[in-house]
Amino acid sequence: MKAITVKMGILIALALVFCAFFLAYDLPSDWHYAFQRRSLKILAIVIVSCAVAFSSISFQTLTNNRILTPSIMGFEAVYLLFQTVIIFLYGDKTFVSVNSKENFFLSILMMLGFALLLFALIFKKGKNNMYQLLLIGLVLGTLFHTLSSFLQLIIDPNEFLMLQGTLYASFNDINFDLIWYAVAALILCMILALPKLKYLDVLLLGRENAINLGVDYFKTARFFLFLIAVLVAVSTALVGPIVFLGILVSNLTYELFRSFRHHILIPACCIICIIAIMGAQYLVENLFNFNANISIIINFVGGIYFMYLLFKAKKI
Amino acid sequence: MIELKNINMRYGAKLVINKVSAAITKGKITSLIGSNGAGKSTLLGIISRLIDPNDGTVIINEKNIKTYKNRILAKKLSTLKQTNHINLKLRVEELVSFGRFPYSNGRLTKIDKDKIDEAIDFLELDAIKDQFMDEISGGQQQRAFLAMVMAQDTEYILLDEPLNNLDMKHSVQIMQTLQRLSSEKGKTIIMVIHDINFAAHYSDYIAALKDGKIIHFDITNKIIEPSKLKEIFEIDFEIIENNDKRICSYFKQ
Repeated sequence: MKAITVKMGILIALALVFCAFFLAYDLPSDWHYAFQRRSLKILAIVIVSCAVAFSSISFQTLTNNRILTPSIMGFEAVYLLFQTVIIFLYGDKTFVSVNSKENFFLSILMMLGFALLLFALIFKKGKNNMYQLLLIGLVLGTLFHTLSSFLQLIIDPNEFLMLQGTLYASFNDINFDLIWYAVAALILCMILALPKLKYLDVLLLGRENAINLGVDYFKTARFFLFLIAVLVAVSTALVGPIVFLGILVSNLTYELFRSFRHHILIPACCIICIIAIMGAQYLVENLFNFNANISIIINFVGGIYFMYLLFKAKKI
Repeated sequence: MIELKNINMRYGAKLVINKVSAAITKGKITSLIGSNGAGKSTLLGIISRLIDPNDGTVIINEKNIKTYKNRILAKKLSTLKQTNHINLKLRVEELVSFGRFPYSNGRLTKIDKDKIDEAIDFLELDAIKDQFMDEISGGQQQRAFLAMVMAQDTEYILLDEPLNNLDMKHSVQIMQTLQRLSSEKGKTIIMVIHDINFAAHYSDYIAALKDGKIIHFDITNKIIEPSKLKEIFEIDFEIIENNDKRICSYFKQ
């Protein structure tokens, strides 16, 4: 327990140093504007980190598989397809027809719908269709991606530019209109989830053992799947598809904190995620002078780590 | 008492449990025997609410299993499935502590801790209680899971092949432990068991399944007879009397 406190302390300190550095680095003499913008950016990073950490770890626990993230299961693809369809339908009148708040809530609804569909498929009574879930998720994800690409090809190039912002994760054009809605959604999710974290601990033992220990598996799984859908929607709406990062940070968390308790794992993962995003953002802004976007860095580092995990898993 | 009424279970078109009705005596050890695919594990799964049958009801203490609240039922009935793979950083003692989850909901009280220690003691896990589950042998894992079920301290204990992965010494120890749980603490134990001699030696009742039906259900010595065993397993048995226990030899065909 003590080692965990120390590790957590070091991580929090590191995250705070990164935040302070991020705020103060190369601040212009007329600092008010920059300071305000940077603070909002940090807020966005914190929201996204919490959403990514929470959704990834609970998804991995639900599926009993540590190399999955909600993005592999096509959660983000749903979001992207939805955005593409809106632009396809409304063209250059998009922002007049559907304002960003409406878009945000509609997206959350779409994601919940997708979660419901997946849920109906996986948790059919008494059956454990985990492989079926993985396959269906992957196939649907690919289908949605291809559909989006197809629509993107036939829309007007100018309209495609409007879409482009949503296709890649970026902390440079954060959707600031949404930030307070995102904060509200995140806090609501946390409040709802906090008393149920202990059930996640039990779910780690697998479906049968969880039922044996009196956990309503069906209800708990449904609850967390919906929560994941909302959180993915929040983070994707705010900065774009970034949930793949979850694989990296969750596994780092498991290795650093050799614990199974979600009330330790999830906060730790949030902090690690904040540090990771801050680091990547620093690279984007200073090393690459905004020429690379954060998706590229995350996918590059995340991809390598993913392969490492696969090779490691194969050895055992 | 556990009662089964007209239970049917189909996997696709195949009827794996065919109109099974039975009553299981309280405070005794009942073994389910039968060849592979006879429906033993499925039946046990249905009794332990892990599998939802197509028809029929399971009644525990005069109440339909479906009307119980999950947590209440988890204090009355515990179950352990055949294989438990864990690749978590979970210590043996932490796993055993999960057995108290229905009572404590995650916050262990003094009583919980005593029960956990007692279970660890009972299954001789003291020496390895701080080791991680993925770093101990299969037999040790099996004993850790049994300790978890013991810590759960339920009236009914349902075990699917509890001797899986265990060597002879530990198999005998587990069976003696189960016997003590039933005789000293009045637990009702239902288990699926493959080794007919373990079933013959330790159980009070034996239910024999074949093709999804219970074809015989009686006190142990009335089942351990050459003619009945031949009907159940379709091979020849020679029965050796040893004190009042019976040993089966089935190696000469």
